[in-house]
Amino acid sequence: MSNVRFTEQPLSEWMRNRGYESDIVISSRVRIARNLQHLAFPMLATNSQSEEVLAKLQDVLQDERLHQFGQMHTLLLDELDELDKEVLVEKHLISPNLANESRSGAVLISEDESLSIMINEEDHLRIQCLYPGFHVQDAWEKATAVDDIFESHVDFAFDDKRGYLTSCPTNVGTGLRASVMMHLPALVLSQQINRILSAVTQVGLTVRGIYGEGSEAMGNLFQISNQITLGQSEVEIIDNLHGVVLQIIEHEKSARQKLISESRLRMTDRVMRSFGILSNASIMDAKEAAQRLSDVRLGVDLGLIDHLSAPALNELNVLTQPGFLQKTFNEHMERGERDMYRAKLIREKLGK
Amino acid sequence: MLCQECGERPATLHFTKIVNGEKTEFHICESCAREKGETIPGTSGGFSIHSLLSGLLDITPGSKGPSTVKSTETLQCKECGMTYAQFSKVGRFGCSSCYKYFNDRLDPLFKRVHGNTTHMGKIPVRAGTHIQAKRRIDDLRQELQQRIIDEEFEAAAELRDQIRELEKGIPSE
Repeated sequence: MSNVRFTEQPLSEWMRNRGYESDIVISSRVRIARNLQHLAFPMLATNSQSEEVLAKLQDVLQDERLHQFGQMHTLLLDELDELDKEVLVEKHLISPNLANESRSGAVLISEDESLSIMINEEDHLRIQCLYPGFHVQDAWEKATAVDDIFESHVDFAFDDKRGYLTSCPTNVGTGLRASVMMHLPALVLSQQINRILSAVTQVGLTVRGIYGEGSEAMGNLFQISNQITLGQSEVEIIDNLHGVVLQIIEHEKSARQKLISESRLRMTDRVMRSFGILSNASIMDAKEAAQRLSDVRLGVDLGLIDHLSAPALNELNVLTQPGFLQKTFNEHMERGERDMYRAKLIREKLGK
Repeated sequence: MLCQECGERPATLHFTKIVNGEKTEFHICESCAREKGETIPGTSGGFSIHSLLSGLLDITPGSKGPSTVKSTETLQCKECGMTYAQFSKVGRFGCSSCYKYFNDRLDPLFKRVHGNTTHMGKIPVRAGTHIQAKRRIDDLRQELQQRIIDEEFEAAAELRDQIRELEKGIPSE
């Protein structure tokens, strides 16, 4: 089955390319939430209503205009095992909600995995576009184009005053969530991060860790997204995020400059020390792996390490997640065992 | 400080949300955070945003007399059957008609969450050619005001003609 690769390969095709400002912005993501008229939202929908939603939205796949995004593959959640679901979540192709709670849930994934369309998630339809680097505007344009195609076939729940109606009041209006994943080690090292992140929350944006778990960002990766979906146009939301992210990039750049010019020896030591530990350790928990990989990534960006590439590190970030580890070594693992396999995998990858 | 969820373990994750100067604090322990999956307010589908919301939803506008309480209990969506009390608890609407039946209560809620109550973004083409024209007219009127203030009367006259042209296309209400 050709769909197997979605759960076998750690790196989506789109992540192999390097995007704009990709040494600081790892990826950009836009998702749009939509619901069909006259059918209860997934939480309250009857099983037959959920099936109807799935059938109606799957029909749209016949539209030839969707071919411009590459061949689309359909994965039905009921047909996936738990491990495959976990892997898809780790690749950000589906949400934990779709993996664990959906009825008649499905995801339509494009050939390069940059477009994923979730059906019967918290809302009937969630269109998600992913780009490497800082391309939040491109991601929006693609998402809205896909939205237009769906809209030409089905009637969405829409209200003059409230806009697109969504299950959760935090998504109503545009239904738009735009986010960028940023690697900000220099701002963390120079202890400016809290000041900057608290400023970000005051302009209608929100910050969270890479998989949304806990407020502490693992491996200096921060996901910054819009909080407000009602009362601003999509363009305003995207521009606001874009402007703020640009400023954070500048701060991170100047913090990096300062680190390398004022404490080159210390930085080299830190980077190479982490590289040494990753290349030799026998036990590596997720948190330490994330932190050490962050150091190594910074080393690559600063030119202190020249035989590794950013895509290789992106791959390691995904490969060292619990689901992928079990997939790679093809066995079920307890928490402690994972740390051993994680160390083994990193050693092998860095030793090449 | 104890965790808001379990009330047993100390809260180690602290969130502060500020929308339009309105500040909401949220404290939870790591164990509960992990159990509930997504924990940062403002993310879609997360648990805590719903529990945070239900705090906001409990606030009844106007007086807190018995009559208001009664109406909260009986306020119900006739389409999917969800009551306002249930909505307060789960923080999610049951269907699109809930927006209609709970409409009177939604302005304060949206004001708190988004700082706004009215959609300004994209409109579905099929549903909205008239809405789009109205929105465009509003934009042009604003620009017109600015031109007049700036004393750019020629540009203002052009805008006025554009507005008239657009208004012809909209059936009067």
